[in-house]
Amino acid sequence: MSFGTPAPEDQQPDHFEFTAENLERARKIIAKYPEGRQQSAVLPLLDIAQRQNDNWLPRAAMDYVADLLEIPRIRAYEVASFYTMFNKAPVGRHLIMVCTTTPCWLCGSDDVLRAIEDKTGLRPGQNGDDGMFSVVEVECAGACVNAPMVQINDDYYEDLNYDRMVTLIDELKDGKTPTVGSQTGRHGSQAQAGPTSLLDRRPPDVVAAASED
Amino acid sequence: MPKLTIDGIEIEVEKGTSVLQACEQLGIEIPRFCFHDRLSVPANCRMCLVEMERSPKPIASCAMPAGDGMVIHTNSDVVHKARKGVMEFLLINHPLDCPICDQGGECDLQDQAMAYGFDRSRFAENKRAVKEKYLGPLIKTFMTRCIHCTRCIRFADEIAGVPELGATGRSEHMEIGTYIEKAITTELSGNMIDICPVGALTSKPYAFSARPWELKRTETIDVMDAVGSNIRVDSRGGEVMRTLPRLHEAINEEWISDKTRFAYDGLRRQRLDRPYVRRDGKLEQATWPEAFGAIAEAMEGLEGSAMAAIAGDLCDVEAMYALKGLMASVGSPNIDCRQDGAKLQPDVRASYLFNTGIAGIEEADAILIVGSNPRWEAAMVNARIRKRWLQGGLKVGVIGPQVDLTYRYDYLGAGPDTLKALADGSIEFAETLKSAKKPMLILGQGALTRDDGGQVLAATRAVADGFGMVKDGWNGFNVLHTAAARVGGLDIGFVPGEGGRDVAGILAGAGEGAIKLVWLLGADEIDSSALSNAFVIYQGHHGDRGAHAADVILPGAAYPEKNGTYVNTEGRVQHAKMAVFPPGDAREDWTILRAFSQQIGKALPFDDLHQLRRKLAEDHPVFAEIDRLHPAEWQPFGNDGEMGSAVFASPIETFYMTDPISRASITMAKCLDEIEGRAAAE
Amino acid sequence: MLRDEDRVFTNLYGWEDWGLAGARARGVWSNTKDLVAMGREKIISEVKESGLRGRGGAGFPTGIKWSFMPKETDPDRPSYLVINADESEPGACKDRDIMRFDPHRLIEGALVSSFALGAHACYIYIRGEFYNEASHIQVAIDEAYEAGLLGKNAADSGWDFDLYLHRGAGAYICGEETALLESLEGKKGQPRNKPPFPAGAGLYSCPTTVNNVETIAVVPEILRRGGLWFSSFGRPKNEGIKLYSISGHVAQPCNIEEAMGIPLRELIDRHAGGVRGGWDNLKAVIPGGASTPMIPRDACETALMDFDGLKELQSGLGTGSVIVMDQSTDVIYAIARLSYFYMDESCGQCTPCREGTGWMWRVMQRMVKGNAEVEEIDMLLEVTKEVEGHTICAHGDAAAWPIQGLIRHFRPEMEQRIRDYRDRVHARGAQPIAAE
Repeated sequence: MSFGTPAPEDQQPDHFEFTAENLERARKIIAKYPEGRQQSAVLPLLDIAQRQNDNWLPRAAMDYVADLLEIPRIRAYEVASFYTMFNKAPVGRHLIMVCTTTPCWLCGSDDVLRAIEDKTGLRPGQNGDDGMFSVVEVECAGACVNAPMVQINDDYYEDLNYDRMVTLIDELKDGKTPTVGSQTGRHGSQAQAGPTSLLDRRPPDVVAAASED
Repeated sequence: MPKLTIDGIEIEVEKGTSVLQACEQLGIEIPRFCFHDRLSVPANCRMCLVEMERSPKPIASCAMPAGDGMVIHTNSDVVHKARKGVMEFLLINHPLDCPICDQGGECDLQDQAMAYGFDRSRFAENKRAVKEKYLGPLIKTFMTRCIHCTRCIRFADEIAGVPELGATGRSEHMEIGTYIEKAITTELSGNMIDICPVGALTSKPYAFSARPWELKRTETIDVMDAVGSNIRVDSRGGEVMRTLPRLHEAINEEWISDKTRFAYDGLRRQRLDRPYVRRDGKLEQATWPEAFGAIAEAMEGLEGSAMAAIAGDLCDVEAMYALKGLMASVGSPNIDCRQDGAKLQPDVRASYLFNTGIAGIEEADAILIVGSNPRWEAAMVNARIRKRWLQGGLKVGVIGPQVDLTYRYDYLGAGPDTLKALADGSIEFAETLKSAKKPMLILGQGALTRDDGGQVLAATRAVADGFGMVKDGWNGFNVLHTAAARVGGLDIGFVPGEGGRDVAGILAGAGEGAIKLVWLLGADEIDSSALSNAFVIYQGHHGDRGAHAADVILPGAAYPEKNGTYVNTEGRVQHAKMAVFPPGDAREDWTILRAFSQQIGKALPFDDLHQLRRKLAEDHPVFAEIDRLHPAEWQPFGNDGEMGSAVFASPIETFYMTDPISRASITMAKCLDEIEGRAAAE
Repeated sequence: MLRDEDRVFTNLYGWEDWGLAGARARGVWSNTKDLVAMGREKIISEVKESGLRGRGGAGFPTGIKWSFMPKETDPDRPSYLVINADESEPGACKDRDIMRFDPHRLIEGALVSSFALGAHACYIYIRGEFYNEASHIQVAIDEAYEAGLLGKNAADSGWDFDLYLHRGAGAYICGEETALLESLEGKKGQPRNKPPFPAGAGLYSCPTTVNNVETIAVVPEILRRGGLWFSSFGRPKNEGIKLYSISGHVAQPCNIEEAMGIPLRELIDRHAGGVRGGWDNLKAVIPGGASTPMIPRDACETALMDFDGLKELQSGLGTGSVIVMDQSTDVIYAIARLSYFYMDESCGQCTPCREGTGWMWRVMQRMVKGNAEVEEIDMLLEVTKEVEGHTICAHGDAAAWPIQGLIRHFRPEMEQRIRDYRDRVHARGAQPIAAE
């Protein structure tokens, strides 16, 4: 259901190497770990590789990272296949990760999925033909108080419902940059209608919103 | 030493013993799948759970170190429930295809399901199916049967030193494999079949050919290299069906190389199963009397000095002893067992033995390898070096071929110059050797078969002396042989007598016409085209190089077809046992020689194997004891003079084909193509 | 209700500057040097006195855990603090707010705690999905280095201290402390067998303590105000204050810092705007994150939100993540979805979890439809017991408990579902089948 199945051979590039900038970044990361423990850097380096390669991780990149860290390649394959954030096949420009675990489901993640399918024609696990969207169902992303939510690439979009998801996709389609975080404008995980604590610290907009009610 | 109580019995065990091992010491059986004595302990199968007092949950006995005052129960309700549960989980996704599974009858899962499982399944869902993997020409996979014990992964990582297998993915979708399709590039891969507790990894060449209960088991010795691995030959009727390792802690532990295991199909192909005599330039089938008659005729009137004999790499000592006797009886001093021309002499036994012993490697803290690729020349020796290396504190230096030996080493150089530099302390590794407590060196045939082999031998001996490799209770000087017959041949002095010719001399003599008759006892690794002017008798089991040059062919027996003595590279005398009869008219080799000696009126002085072996032991006392090692006396050896400058090369060009049997093996041909070929292409 | 002056996380909602200046304004870094000057023994005894128990779910007393670390450090085996920021338990989203809105509080805690543990280096392992949270922490770390609060003689404390951020890449199991260490070492997140415990052989086989973000972040405040201040909240053995997350069918889902032992009903009614449709519309609550068994409405009336209070109800406090389900909820599906979660997130290493989670999910799927036999409810319960307690880590238990909770409290509903399915199938004239 994710992009966990490796892309077929004809989509796999023959060669991968870091850009000079990324190589420098990689060296800095490797230096975070003690001498001889460079294997620790495998997750962050695979992440850099994926970012360099349009958000998916070809086998050549796994090989490259393994060789760079001087670890057996199979160890990199194991890691790449274990963690869900590594996409082993090409994905669209906007990878929409929909949380459907119980807290989000309780709050309407089915509606979010429906909105996505209505707007993009895509169900979880599918790639759009235009390279714009990919959709995948994910497990709890840890924003339950702001459920339902989706993650699109690096950013969380929270407090969604059908209409807000539709708006979100429209904005992405129009090339706009949607506001990250709550789509209802609430601050973090405070109670929407007004917090019950730290009242003296409320910023003006929260005070104003509370007095409206 | 912790003292614990298991099922009411108190036991004191060594520190570091696991609860599982402590149970075993009391004879209490603990079921397990993932645990293996020689591998790391992942405790993932959970079959070995036992109850420990004061622990809220049952514990994995394989991973729990025995502790003082522990109270363990292995027969409680908690334990039974845990085992039944684990067994049920292992079986829900395991296919019930035992009738078509090659592991059937020797399957840990099958056995333990009988002992600990439910008698029915409660699993009403669909079973998982897993795509087959390609692991090369030797291992057949049926991954749906895999129970994810990870033994194969750990074997590849730890014992074989080829981290190519892994468990990819996660949850119930975790799969064992190489991720990208490729053959496993280890010469030890077959052992994974043995340690797989289910039918996920089975033998490709053996697939669907026999059931374990139909097979006759013969415990014998391998001859594919000079290690003398202990093996079990499983046969049905007259056919060898498979070869498996047999435990010998001092030699091969419980592993064998893929050549040892899989070359057996070579026993069925290109066999010499009846005598042949060359008539009008063509080899024609003949009877034994005709063949003997032809030889006797050719010998007629020849001086002893015009006759010669060469013993090959797979010969048993009995055959060589008989041939030596025969040649002596006709007055020929021209005998040699060193097909490869190694400059080794029989006079000082320590000069041609692996004196440290294979198990002794585990005591060494520095190893110098000269002119050898032990991974190919003696895979089990290499595995032992790796084992020692993994324990830490071992430094290895290599002079000679630079190849992946599965452990890290300092590459010192390619040839004699480096050896000289090491001897005079001008390279750094000299310090390592100097400071080592138990340094050793391994001298390969690649350094000895050269013209300056005798000088190399002397130089390495000097290195051994110079770095304190030979001292009380420790002899770190080791010659690594590749031929199973060689040490035995040297032990009985199958080398030129007074004024006699060695292999090179025999070949040259045949060309010049001085040598008129050559008896090849399984000698296939010489340039037999040089013998075209001589009358050639080939006695052996395969229609290989030697037979093509022959005027008379005497069909002999291959190693599982005879009772023979072999001496391994350590100098360990071992007896191979007959598992099947030689094919057709072929006979055990010493009997052929005994019969021929009778024909020419020079009957050898033994009528049966027992008599032969008694004579042999009288002449050469090393043969009086089986499977024992005695330190060989350290005396001067080697030749004076300068070494040349040519680099050392391994005598083995390819691991999979080194002798007439492996050359006849289709399995080995596939390995050559799919493993070595592709590895080279990458 | 907890008074605002007793709250630690005063920027819980991100109203203020999360950077160094804002943190300083909130009192973070105000006297870090003095806290370190208390010395290792005093810090640990203060933490013990505070009654602080790990906030990651297991609730192990923090001070005691710290005392397992070696007193003398071997230079070849340095001690480490590893902060578990792999917040992934469905329902839990409290650490996220600490990290994005008050990262310096965590960093200060990391320094003081590491000192108490004899660690000169600390890694924060944050789940990979928290990209923006990670960047806040990284910016805060950079600020702290810049200001001399990290590095040599950190915060002028005399203690050399390096703090590193490490991002995961999507695996719930890495929240298990030994899986986290494996992952930090660059391997698959497969939990280790214990013993050895991390305090003996943890990260790189060195002595290691793994603590949750919230646990570490409250330490400086405990030291500043005294262990007795912290332990004045809540009941014996359940002392202190903590962050709760209330999600699901409440009018105002939110995170809130409250005293331990607050009644569940008060938490929901006062802070989360009550159950959607009123208290009577409540069906059940998962009180401590996905792995804790649900409790029905009756029990919710009196439930106290602390370790012992929820244990009495055969559930647990876990991470204090309350998932509220109203009467409209298909509780069987709600739990089946968690079964899928635990199956998907199983590392696959050990048999009962790898095989059992898949089996449980498949049976649960049928239970959702009612396509099962009534006896299979008992079989399912038995399967959960075969998983529970037999695995390498607690993931197996976590997968088993929600189902056990469901069967314990909603068995009649499951049976009714099966009967309804049967009736429908009969109405269609087909034969019932056990599996499909």
